[in-house]
Amino acid sequence: MSETAIEALGLAKRYGRGRGWALRDCSFALPAGRVCALVGPNGAGKSTLLALAAGLLRPTQGVVRGPARTDLAYVAQDKPLHPQLTVADTLTMGRELNPGRWDGEIAARIVETLDPGARVRRLSGGQRTRVALALALGKRPELLLLDEPMADLDPLARHELMGALMADTAERGTTVVVSSHILTELEGACDHLLLLDGGRIRLDGAIDDLLAAHTLVTGPVEDLAPHTVVESRTTGRQLTALVRNEGGPVEGPWQTTSPSLEELLLAHLRASKTADRTPEGASA
Amino acid sequence: MLEYRIDRRSGVATYLQIVQQTKQALRMGVLEPGDRLPTAREVVEATAINPNTVLKAYRELEREGLVEARRGLGTFVRATLGAAPATSPLRGELADWARRARETGLTRDDVAALFTSVLDEHFEGDDT
Repeated sequence: MSETAIEALGLAKRYGRGRGWALRDCSFALPAGRVCALVGPNGAGKSTLLALAAGLLRPTQGVVRGPARTDLAYVAQDKPLHPQLTVADTLTMGRELNPGRWDGEIAARIVETLDPGARVRRLSGGQRTRVALALALGKRPELLLLDEPMADLDPLARHELMGALMADTAERGTTVVVSSHILTELEGACDHLLLLDGGRIRLDGAIDDLLAAHTLVTGPVEDLAPHTVVESRTTGRQLTALVRNEGGPVEGPWQTTSPSLEELLLAHLRASKTADRTPEGASA
Repeated sequence: MLEYRIDRRSGVATYLQIVQQTKQALRMGVLEPGDRLPTAREVVEATAINPNTVLKAYRELEREGLVEARRGLGTFVRATLGAAPATSPLRGELADWARRARETGLTRDDVAALFTSVLDEHFEGDDT
């Protein structure tokens, strides 16, 4: 399990000289077999990171190392498919483009609710998502990169497709990176987290480890030193703070609980917003 | 075949929900020694949770001696779980206590909170 599926070192991307950094100082290593949630607000750099990982964009700085083109599958946000092909034609194309590794059974299972003779241009957004995912999973990739795959699916379809995806990882150990700005879509399915904001990585690690490394503290407004406070808020006489468990357990007049994943993300996003307002150099 | 219901809003860790529901099925006799638990693949396909979560739950059940993994075959039930019988003297004492609690004017919620806090105190750190 210590094998790395994809790794970035000092990765940065700027779309043109006069423009800001879409992604910067991005370094991480994702162990093989993980299902990684790539989360962050709109414009955080999620799509840029996925396109770089897929080898479709050239980095401005740094490197990203992952499996060869043939061993990865990437489903872009706009799900590019040939509009004139039928569902059945699209899967035939998938088989011909991936000789020797195509899994027609899993591809067929994902589109089984669709009319095989329907042309892609006639399909709804959610139906197109199914076809795009069928193509991606049929390829039996080592690494699957999905950019906001669930955005136009209803809750039932979302659940079914996430189930199909998890079954695939259970069976073949596929590494998955899936982006979303809605955490609840991914909670439960993912065991690893990459939190992006403003083009930078704010959190990176196994979800269990990240949760265990933080404590949510509520109680009277008092100095929390020596603990590292990620973010704190005061409402009247009540303090709510997220601290890192570095200096041992938090002792004092506070109530301590383990944060939920959502609480952890929100605290880090608020903290990174505050950091961005401070002058360059003081942040990061 | 046992079907797990995962409640993402319950605040209970997902693997613990699987552990608890398996134990409940053992107590109720829905699962008996020799029965096979659903495979990780079957569970995740139905629930859309991460396969490692299921494996973690099964490892926990195995550690407690309730199930055993047989290589290539699946995970099988080894033991049953007996609940305290309805005729146990402990139940009588608890019923007596609940009656007195009500007489002193405590509501159902008050009693539940009190009971939970005593449970937490006496079973702290134990496995559920």
